[in-house]
Amino acid sequence: MALPTYTTNGQRIGYYTYLFYCGLVFFFLIAPIFMIVPLSFNQSPFFGFTPEMLRFEPEAFSLRWYRQMLGICRPDDIITTVCTNKWMVGTKNSFIIGLSATFLATALGTTAALGLSKPHMPFKGAMMALLISPMIVPLIITAAGIFFFYAKFGLVGTYTGLILAHTALGTPFVVITVTATLTGFDTNLIRASQSLGADTMRTFFKVIMPLILPGVISGALFAFITSFDEVVVVLFLGSVEQQTIPRQMWSGIRQEISPVILCMATCLVALSIMLLTTVELLRRRSERLRGIKLRN
Amino acid sequence: MNQTAKGEILTTDGIPLKVSLRRSERINKFRAFALVLPLTLFIIITFVIPIIAMLTRSIDDKQINTVFPKTFEIYKQWDRKELPPEEMYATIFGEIVSAEKRAIGKASTRMNYSRSGWKSLIKKSKRKFKKIKEGPYKEQMIALDKRWGKIEFWKALGEMVDPYTFGYFLNAVDLKYDSNKEIIRQPEKRRIYNYTWYKTVKISVLVTLFCLILGYPIAHLLATLPLKYSNLLMIFVLLPFWTSLLVRTVSWIIILMKKGVFNSILVWAGVIADENRMQLIYNETGTLIAMTQILLPFMVLPLYSVMKTIPPSYMRAALNLGAQPMHAFYKVYMPQTVPGISAGGLLVFVLAIGYFITPELVGGADGQLIGHWIAYHLKSTLNWGLCAALGTILLVVMLTLYWVYNKIVGIENIKLG
Repeated sequence: MALPTYTTNGQRIGYYTYLFYCGLVFFFLIAPIFMIVPLSFNQSPFFGFTPEMLRFEPEAFSLRWYRQMLGICRPDDIITTVCTNKWMVGTKNSFIIGLSATFLATALGTTAALGLSKPHMPFKGAMMALLISPMIVPLIITAAGIFFFYAKFGLVGTYTGLILAHTALGTPFVVITVTATLTGFDTNLIRASQSLGADTMRTFFKVIMPLILPGVISGALFAFITSFDEVVVVLFLGSVEQQTIPRQMWSGIRQEISPVILCMATCLVALSIMLLTTVELLRRRSERLRGIKLRN
Repeated sequence: MNQTAKGEILTTDGIPLKVSLRRSERINKFRAFALVLPLTLFIIITFVIPIIAMLTRSIDDKQINTVFPKTFEIYKQWDRKELPPEEMYATIFGEIVSAEKRAIGKASTRMNYSRSGWKSLIKKSKRKFKKIKEGPYKEQMIALDKRWGKIEFWKALGEMVDPYTFGYFLNAVDLKYDSNKEIIRQPEKRRIYNYTWYKTVKISVLVTLFCLILGYPIAHLLATLPLKYSNLLMIFVLLPFWTSLLVRTVSWIIILMKKGVFNSILVWAGVIADENRMQLIYNETGTLIAMTQILLPFMVLPLYSVMKTIPPSYMRAALNLGAQPMHAFYKVYMPQTVPGISAGGLLVFVLAIGYFITPELVGGADGQLIGHWIAYHLKSTLNWGLCAALGTILLVVMLTLYWVYNKIVGIENIKLG
């Protein structure tokens, strides 16, 4: 965006100050996330840049913490913390809980969004408010309520309990994204399909589903990352067996501060970049399909 | 189409058209409802009922009444001026001896909240009452433990006569019932909640303000730049949004630690000496900095979507008419962004007052919000009534704010990414 030729010097300075300020804010937003990446390759067990790292000496960098994260223990590594497999167990748990919760949340959420988008839906506003309430209530209150209630049914400390809780937390995202995709959905397509002899199920899978798929996938990814990143409910509901990655990081920060946390954090950053890219590509595709150019 | 003598239009089946239309309308409604039903039931069972059940704990005081029902019957007639009569001693003796161990444990925990010492007294009594074979009980019980002869202990039971209580709510704002059910303030050293509420609101307001100061210019930049640049810069806002909360908290710990990146840079640049590195974390400052960065995307996104709809020609027209850029911005642009400011501000504020993870990890002793105490009573002291009362107050504040949010922007207009 070039400045017009008639701007005064004062305005010019003002404009560049504004750009500089924006640059600083962007730096503030993004720098903390990327700063942990080089630190995770640190040779020494410290949470900071060593002078050797700043001089880019190859000996200052190593993969030893990644090896520890994967549970590979080599005798020549100076082991500062106990070499365990807990991060891999955490990863497995996170994926079991995350994928199950995502599956349930997507199925329930998509069905509900289809109903909510119908013009005949009674009490639309109230229903919407109810269905997205898990997103609104602070997690600590949700965790407390679920803890008391699930304890009555013996669901505390079980995978089922955690999956149910995470499903409830993930559904609002599916409902919101799928409802957004369904606005502007041409209902004549359904009529056309039905008049050509397709039954309800066939119409759904052959006509509706392909069109709303981008929204469904984005919603599913949101639900997945919600479960994958959730720690408060796991903290109160999960037992030793259901330690997920965030739960491990939580105890890692509070007890033994080891650079292995940074390795896991780096992996999580990579995962979030992947998910963000997927969601952005899907959103653009769906907007192109619907002929909308502007974002949001 | 057929017509009856009365002039009603009939369908080919001979049913009046109005009836037939209404029927198909009803079927459509039913179908839409049937689609929403599974999720609605799921949310009600796994989410709404648990939360309501928890909230009822905040006024529930039945626990002790179910263990000592007869004692409380007599208690109601007692004048509370001098030690209770033999009859009451005999009844509580019988009820302690016959009570189930688990139930009496819970009841005595509750009694301990109104007067510490009750729990150990009941525990001791349960063990030693076997020695007492027959009445009169009063003297024998006082001989066993002299706390049985102290009127303050008996008076403390007064607040548990009713099966429902507002006591926990009073505790949550540093008040309590005295033995005559009059509301008084907590003793000086037990007043922590009013200060925590004040600090929760203060930190939330400050975080909201910082987010606005930082978020407004970049939302403006994103909304005015050509699309190919703004899409690229949008990643800077969306990536933090997608990155794990714990990852961002960890990186703030690394940056703000005493030996951390920020202090090291300042030392290296010669701004501060090595020995007076600043304490930026494990206090209120740490909570403020980390929460601002974590919640900033929630401010930028609503602001951006409002600013995107403001035509750039308005500013040009104002400038063209001779307004100074600052004046034009203040008079023309800013008023149009007020919906975005209020939406983003409310969203950030609501998220901030319920925050738990980040303050818990970077807040230290001084930067804790109300969420900390909810978790503390849930897991450590097991004072679930107080935990529920704090939660209820927090929830009511949140829902009120969301109601306002709904009036301003509409809850279904929440956008993701």
